[in-house]
Amino acid sequence: MVTRYFGTAVKRTEDLRLTTGHGRYTDDVGTGPDGEHALEVAYLRSPHAHARILDIDVTDALDVEGVVAIYTHEDLEGAAGEPLPVLIPHPGLHAARTGYALAKDTVRHVGESIVMVVAENRYLAEDAVNRIRVDYEFLAPVVGIEASRAAASTVHDDVPDNVAAHLVQERGDARAAVAGAPHTLEYDLSIERSASMPLEGKAVHAKWDADDASLRVYSSTQASTSVRAAIAAKLGLALGKVEVIAPDVGGGFGVKIVHPWPEEITVPMAAMRLGRPVKWTEDRREHFISAAHERGQEHHVRVGFDDEGRILGLDVTFWHDNGAYTPYGIICPIVTSTQLLGPYKPANYRVEFSSVYTNTVIVTPYRGAGRPQGVFVMERTMDRIAQYLGRDRTQVRSANFILPDEFPYDQGLIFQDGRPLIYDSGNYPDQLTMLKEMIGWDEFPALQQQARASGRLLGIGLGCYVEGTGPGPYEGAHVNVQTDGSVEVAIGLTSQGQGHQTVFAQIVADELGVDFDKIRVVTGDTRRFGYAVGTFASRAAVMSGSAVALAARKTKAKALRVAADVLECNPDDLEIESGLISMKGNPSTSIPLGQVAVLSNPLRYAFDEAAKAATQFAKPADPDKPPVAEGEEPGLEGKDYYSPPRSTFASGMHAAIVEIDADTSEIAIRKYCVVHDCGNLINPMIVEGQVHGGVAQGVGGALYEVMAYDESGQLQNASFMDFLMPYVTEVPRLELGHQMTPSPLNPLGIKGAGEAGVIPVAATIASAVEDAVGLRIDAMPLNPSKLFELRATATALTTNQVREGLTP
Amino acid sequence: MKPAPFTWHGPRTVDEAVAVLAEVGHEGKVLAGGQSLIPVLAMRLAEPAHLVDINAVAGLDRIVVDATGVTIGALVRHASLERDDAAAAAQPLLRQALRLVAHPTIRNRGTTVGSLAHADPSGEMTSVLTLLGGTITARSARGERTIPATEFFVGPLESALAADELAVSAHFPAASAGTGSAFVEVARRHGDYALCGVGAVATVDPAGAVTGLRCGYLSVSETPLTVDLTDAWNSGDDAAAATAAAARAAVDPLPDIHATAEYRRQLAGVLTVRAAEQAVAQAVQRVGTMGRDNESGHNEEDRSA
Ligand SMILES: Cc1cc2nc3c(=O)[nH]c(=O)nc-3n(C[C@H](O)[C@H](O)[C@H](O)COP(=O)(O)OP(=O)(O)OC[C@H]3O[C@@H](n4cnc5c(N)ncnc54)[C@H](O)[C@@H]3O)c2cc1C
Repeated sequence: MVTRYFGTAVKRTEDLRLTTGHGRYTDDVGTGPDGEHALEVAYLRSPHAHARILDIDVTDALDVEGVVAIYTHEDLEGAAGEPLPVLIPHPGLHAARTGYALAKDTVRHVGESIVMVVAENRYLAEDAVNRIRVDYEFLAPVVGIEASRAAASTVHDDVPDNVAAHLVQERGDARAAVAGAPHTLEYDLSIERSASMPLEGKAVHAKWDADDASLRVYSSTQASTSVRAAIAAKLGLALGKVEVIAPDVGGGFGVKIVHPWPEEITVPMAAMRLGRPVKWTEDRREHFISAAHERGQEHHVRVGFDDEGRILGLDVTFWHDNGAYTPYGIICPIVTSTQLLGPYKPANYRVEFSSVYTNTVIVTPYRGAGRPQGVFVMERTMDRIAQYLGRDRTQVRSANFILPDEFPYDQGLIFQDGRPLIYDSGNYPDQLTMLKEMIGWDEFPALQQQARASGRLLGIGLGCYVEGTGPGPYEGAHVNVQTDGSVEVAIGLTSQGQGHQTVFAQIVADELGVDFDKIRVVTGDTRRFGYAVGTFASRAAVMSGSAVALAARKTKAKALRVAADVLECNPDDLEIESGLISMKGNPSTSIPLGQVAVLSNPLRYAFDEAAKAATQFAKPADPDKPPVAEGEEPGLEGKDYYSPPRSTFASGMHAAIVEIDADTSEIAIRKYCVVHDCGNLINPMIVEGQVHGGVAQGVGGALYEVMAYDESGQLQNASFMDFLMPYVTEVPRLELGHQMTPSPLNPLGIKGAGEAGVIPVAATIASAVEDAVGLRIDAMPLNPSKLFELRATATALTTNQVREGLTP
Repeated sequence: MKPAPFTWHGPRTVDEAVAVLAEVGHEGKVLAGGQSLIPVLAMRLAEPAHLVDINAVAGLDRIVVDATGVTIGALVRHASLERDDAAAAAQPLLRQALRLVAHPTIRNRGTTVGSLAHADPSGEMTSVLTLLGGTITARSARGERTIPATEFFVGPLESALAADELAVSAHFPAASAGTGSAFVEVARRHGDYALCGVGAVATVDPAGAVTGLRCGYLSVSETPLTVDLTDAWNSGDDAAAATAAAARAAVDPLPDIHATAEYRRQLAGVLTVRAAEQAVAQAVQRVGTMGRDNESGHNEEDRSA
């Protein structure tokens, strides 16, 4: 097979449409000239972090002209009124709690929805919301990990210690190893909350067909098949009577993997009851206070190591702030606890975490999903060891690397997919060599000296990670060759702008031997593909990509069988190129793929010219054989699923040079280099785009983004004015190097690339700032004001010398 | 985030506009560029029953530059004033400050007079008007009055305008001979409201000695603050340190989620010295080149390594 598309920077098919305003997002559904006007929804959301609802008075709201319906928890019937599901139960999650589609008796965070108003438009709906009066009995809010652990107040009455989950994993005997190690260090590290913050918030549009008793729902989701199942279950409908479509989605980054969101139940419910289309489009304030956050964790580390810096024992205890409820289980802290290990092989490792309740917004994975925290812990540890031993930071890392000949490498833990944490492939020493060269690691000390002499504070830092990508259980794909030779591809997994339409077409083009522009890809539409898991954990390329390849191979096999029959030869003698099937070495004997599609479907009726060829009198046929041979199906299509034994492990390393303004403590990133290994590249340009976007979000997590809750549980920065996402002016230019160690686990040798860019940024920047100012950086994000404070309080203790953090 | 109901008024003349304002009184709000007002309405932080949209009022979009200085109408957008070469020549501080007001897209729509009327102590132009000793002219059905900057800014987001008054223009005095100016600030991100900003106007005599140094501050006081630092600047050996210390002592910052009060105070000191150095250099240059305008104060970050 001549590979023409796989591995090349094919321009993204979706871009012209998306960048010229021709995208179709959920909010656009029904807004065309012929669209059916949808009623619009606004929710009354709790203004209090923790309160009992005593009374709800909607009398005044009903007076607003244009209000169609108002619902509270009392109006929810059957399963819709029960607690929302715990999507991913886990034995360690001993006290899982979830909220309701509309709050029942108690609200547990600012933003929890209490009343739903349906009106002719959103303005009127909001007018009505403002007229609803709710009587509350205030309860003590629990804000922050410290308050949660102290448990002076509780988030849930029946969880007295505020602990939702507790999990320990251990390989070897880490505590004994630390105790017996020649050198030991002990310290605390913390990361604050941030959020996925997609440009498009959540959105739901539902239309009920009363005659057909069926529901069509558009949702800005990362998991349409599962939203469909959830809606069917919650609203008492047969699965076949519910369609869920994820149209164009303006970013997800994790927050849209959770489902059903309350609105995914209440909006369809209202559409069914009112017999009119109903929609809700989340506004930015709602997204801040009622969607999801992530990252808030505090860690306590004890490490023992030898003179070379090799880790003999690593003992980590951490606390994860899971907010008010646990609908998505404890995926994030599990990921931290396992992916913390990165490219290293500590001889003994113990990790213990508690996931604790607070009266704040819930947590869902946000790009990186627990890894940025884990990497921060491990990389800070490497830097501390290097500092303690007076060794180069890269040397200490090298001393701990898993080596290329040690794969597959079993870390001896259970990963987030419930499977053993076994790394499939990688080459970390080479990666480090590449990175050092790109950033100029060995030349830097001279540069730093020179800068210092003129009063400039430069620092260099690095961060390494390994990312388990492409977890199962499965994804599927359907490839269908049309009679005109074009190809329809459908996958159940959704797209949020990553370029799925492009890369999956690349795969099919090569596998099937058709031109790229003859292929159309549909994603996330349950009408087209009913079984899927979803877009998360950097799994689309690995999972759907593999499934697409397998389905295309099946399609090709069938095409060759049918063609061989027509051309009276052996299928093995045929090949397909540019949609033409021909005899190897004898190209004059050929048949177009489209015609094979016609012939593959024996017909009674000739509805068009081409179809004639497949009707019963068109050609001589063996009267004793059935028109569709045994084991065959009509049509030229192939459907297949890919289900991997376990995740495949991508990896990468970042390095940065930063400059700190000596007077203002402003932090400028002067150079930023990335080396990245996601196995074989389907489309290098798309991978680079993913890395760029990831690093941008990483810079946000390193230097800008926090969720500033006050002690009463009010989010003080719930707008883009005060929640600071980096602009393009704050994101450094990247220098990117690719390394390719193919995965042995899947047919294409690929690994996920979606989350990678974000993972080590906070660790890398912390390392570089520490190097520049000579002060411990043990909490991120950092900002100039905090750094100023740190420098002001610490200068008395140190002079460009990192303080030792050893507790005596 | 949808505004509460309001009645929209679209006057075509200043007389019509002030007539509507007289009628609706405290129930009304002037809508200029909308860059501050619209978000406030969308979040229902204010629910005025009437919006008096002045965007179609004739004659308010003029920039007049004469010997006394620069006078701008209420519809002059930040971007137009920023790009106006005559205005920049007459009073360089205008352009020096305007390029730090928000982002280009916001400057395209937001008006300079609107930002003065908004009276945000974090606004660059409130500080500039105060530092330069400018004025605002307001009209109402009752008549017209001119209000000096020092009386105009009453408190955070509170101006001396009465509910029925429309600010029709603002006047920024021209830079006099022998002066130089600069504007520097530190913001969390490019284009954000500054954590602290400092405008400086320095005057030098023909020999190059500094005879005057005044600095204006933003984001470190409740109303725009102007401080005379001539003595500190001329205080001898460690004049820079003395000037920074004087600046730190003069400001009264509040902490918020982006920065502590101490940090802002530190910035006030550092930025004062930076602005002063640039302003003095410009003044010296202007004296030397007989008033030919030559901008300094270029503090765009070099983003390369
Ligand atoms: C993201 C963002 C960042 C920003 N950053 C900055 C910044 O760094 N520095 C800065 O200075 N500004 C900043 N701004 C504000 C911007 O400068 C606005 O343009 C300005 O504050 C208001 O001007 P406007 O014409 O938009 O006024 P509007 O929003 O229309 O009105 C603002 C207020 O002034 C009143 N008003 C307006 N014009 C008149 C008038 N002629 N007479 C009487 N009352 C009037 C209105 O009634 C209203 O109360 C930012 C805005 C945004 C959205």
